[in-house]
Amino acid sequence: MTAPLGKDLLGLESLSGDQIRLILDTAEPFKEISERAIKKVPTLRGATIVNLFFEASTRTRVSFEFAEKRLSADSVNIAASNSSVSKGETLVDTARNLEAMRIDMVVIRHGASGAAQFLAERIESNVINAGDGTHEHPTQGLLDLLTLRDHFKRLDGIKVCICGDVLHSRVARSNIWGLKKMGAIVGVCGPRSLLPNAIDDMGVTVFNRIEEAIEWADALNILRLQLERMQGGYIPSLREYNRVFGVTRERLDRVKRDVLILHPGPMNRGVEIDSDVADGPFSVILDQVTNGVAVRMAVLYLLSGGKPELAEAAKKGGER
Amino acid sequence: MPTRTSTLLDARAMARTIRRMADEIVELNEGTDDLVIVGIQRRGVPLAQRLVAAIGEREKGHVHQGALDITLYRDDLQTVGPRPVVGSTDLPVDIDGKVVVVVDDVLYTGRTVRAALDELADFGRPRRIALAVLIDRGGRELPIHADVVGKTVTVESGQRVDVMVEELDGKDAVILARKGEEE
Amino acid sequence: MTTRALLLRGGHLVDPSTNTDAVGDLFLCDGKVEAFGSRLGVDDDNPGLETIDCRGLVVSPGFIDVHCHLREPGREDVETIATGARAAAAGGFTAVCAMPNTDPVTDNQAAVGFIIRQAQIANASRVYPIGAITVGQKGIALAEFGEMIAAGAVALSDDGKPVASAQLMRTALEYARTFGVPVADHCEDPTLALGGAMNEGAMSAKLGLRGIPSEAEEIMAIRDILLARRTGGHIHLCHMSTKGSVELIRWGKERQVNVTAEVCPHHLSLTEDCVDGYDTNAKMNPPLRTQADVDALQQAVRDGTIDVIATDHAPHHYDEKEREFADAPNGIVGLETALAVNITWLVKPGIIDVKTLVEKMSCAPAKIFHLPGGSFRKGSVADVTVFDPKATWTVDAKRFRSKGRNTPYGGQELTGQVHLTVVDGRVIYRRQD
Repeated sequence: MTAPLGKDLLGLESLSGDQIRLILDTAEPFKEISERAIKKVPTLRGATIVNLFFEASTRTRVSFEFAEKRLSADSVNIAASNSSVSKGETLVDTARNLEAMRIDMVVIRHGASGAAQFLAERIESNVINAGDGTHEHPTQGLLDLLTLRDHFKRLDGIKVCICGDVLHSRVARSNIWGLKKMGAIVGVCGPRSLLPNAIDDMGVTVFNRIEEAIEWADALNILRLQLERMQGGYIPSLREYNRVFGVTRERLDRVKRDVLILHPGPMNRGVEIDSDVADGPFSVILDQVTNGVAVRMAVLYLLSGGKPELAEAAKKGGER
Repeated sequence: MPTRTSTLLDARAMARTIRRMADEIVELNEGTDDLVIVGIQRRGVPLAQRLVAAIGEREKGHVHQGALDITLYRDDLQTVGPRPVVGSTDLPVDIDGKVVVVVDDVLYTGRTVRAALDELADFGRPRRIALAVLIDRGGRELPIHADVVGKTVTVESGQRVDVMVEELDGKDAVILARKGEEE
Repeated sequence: MTTRALLLRGGHLVDPSTNTDAVGDLFLCDGKVEAFGSRLGVDDDNPGLETIDCRGLVVSPGFIDVHCHLREPGREDVETIATGARAAAAGGFTAVCAMPNTDPVTDNQAAVGFIIRQAQIANASRVYPIGAITVGQKGIALAEFGEMIAAGAVALSDDGKPVASAQLMRTALEYARTFGVPVADHCEDPTLALGGAMNEGAMSAKLGLRGIPSEAEEIMAIRDILLARRTGGHIHLCHMSTKGSVELIRWGKERQVNVTAEVCPHHLSLTEDCVDGYDTNAKMNPPLRTQADVDALQQAVRDGTIDVIATDHAPHHYDEKEREFADAPNGIVGLETALAVNITWLVKPGIIDVKTLVEKMSCAPAKIFHLPGGSFRKGSVADVTVFDPKATWTVDAKRFRSKGRNTPYGGQELTGQVHLTVVDGRVIYRRQD
């Protein structure tokens, strides 16, 4: 029996390689469901799921919603603002209220690192982290892994370079942990002011030049450059960023190999990625989106149900 | 006391049985037109494959073959422990208006077949759905019967039927074993 | 004529200020130390005499905490001067210095007087107010040092915030020198530390929390040391947390700069690893650093680079700590665990002996902040702490006298237990079995 996932999915750092493999393998058959005429299976019928989004997000929320609906779960969206000094309801009160409504699962997106874990420790429902601050975004990491595995037929030994604002990126963290656990070789490339000071302790190769990263990598995962980083003084201008770190057709053409292009979206075309790269033949950006639904269905399925006391009762009820 | 294990069908008997089942399926369909043979994961899939091969040997023309994983349609998902592994579902043709023969190794409670019927309904509306099983061991909990049966066996309480196929188990055989005993 | 007298009999007397480290009796009379040693010839017939058996226990000058937050006025829901003074007594502290980041800020003589009056009513450990360096701790205009000191303030600090302007700090050091009191600075470069929630390093990178680099503290520490060298004023560096700071203090002391420094028990015992899991009880400012920093700070206590161990006792309401890490307030309670943490992490592993511990918790604080106590010399105030350096106990925050429950040591078994706290010759705390 493969190791189960436990109650929650909070990050990839705390998962084993076997657990990540289980999720990816489970996602495979779920891809087919989205291709059916009736894109719905009754698996989570009767389960109640709350999508608790403290940060605006269209892509991730919609992807989770589709995953939930295709599994026949009943889901409710809650959008809340979370200015750190907001005098509204605290997260702990929100947690208690959700618990009192007897929900089965919570998908949480929050601006504070650790918010998903905070919630998970306080409620019995399953908690899925849909992005917490600059900590982790595990389902994005998983869909990136799935997309890479689809293309390379393996993860072990492939070279993936994560490009851009690693310092503030939860996608970068989930990718680094997930890729390393699956045996991939991880590089990062970006201005040093947007890399964590302790990046060298994370077991990755650091590239100062995007040209060197492209030369080295089998795949590039290009992070979105948050435009507020410029106001924060981390980089002088978007123009210079594109000139120095932008992934352009010209730079890709210099290497005589195919380099797979991933981007978690939404893209700033002409900043971190040029349009002809995003829309080019080696871009798997839309595959990522498709895989996102399958991966999230797999996670929902693996975390759902399975109350141990019911399993005992089922055993006594005879075999099928 | 029943004997510890006994062989109900050996490899040769199993091959014979499958050939007979193939004939019955063709008869039931009055030919191979519009026929789709769909195996239920996991042992129904290799059995379906053999049925398709056997039909192909006798009749000219191509018979479509598919695979169905019913895990996500199980009625006990909220009660079982760790999530069961989900296999692949693959229906190569549109099943609207077709005759779909669902193939499984053992027919027992009927719950697996119920799930398969529900799942097929999400893919389309076949003209007819039939059920072919290698072994019918009785013990139905739902009003379901098989149209084509390889062998009907009576199973005492404390016994179970194991179907083994070359592709998954290394040999072909159907065995009657005591419950809780490894084959 | 009846006198009020207390005889602490048969304890292990430890007082570095008189170079005492031997079994004997301590005789306190009318709020003063009368005598100590063996065969004191105390008149047992004195009807006012109380005798307490201290065999097997250490008897030392009362502990003095030069850095705590008692939250009154302003946040009486979190701590009051009375609850803080009782928590201090339970922790073996006979005196504490209250930081001025109250609401309103303790930046004038009336506010100083209020604290002194509340402390008198509390009738527990002594409480000495520290006045603000700048009006409202806004870092703009100097507060009235002279009037505050006349009203009873013992030092000046904008603790909780650094004095960002070097020019203002220079003036504060010069002006405070006039009155002979230390200026205690919270060393933190505000631009480097902005938005930080923990130490910057491998753990902050992993947790996705904004880090505060060591340099935020060290840049301010060396600035203050250089300004003290320039002005001759007395700079006291609060809650030092990094290896680099230790080196800078050593540099200053080698050049006879009037610099003293304190370290907190938590920085001597815990590392940034405690933040893993986003435990808000491991959130304080300065943040928990690395093992290399802890090791350097422990050695600095041993070799004298660091003068004082102070608690930075910072109670918070449980609601305030029960939230997202980045939004939770900084600080932990420390008065009731300080002795045990110091013994568990410093004395037990043999880094310092009990005598050095008493020096750091009693004698040096008294000397640096010019406070009564810290000695068994005849005529000193009769402030005494009696503790068992070997006894073990399990920290249960629910049993704290402090209103604050925010401790990272909850549930841990620590060594070293306070048995008796004596202030002005009267027992204000006695351990209940």
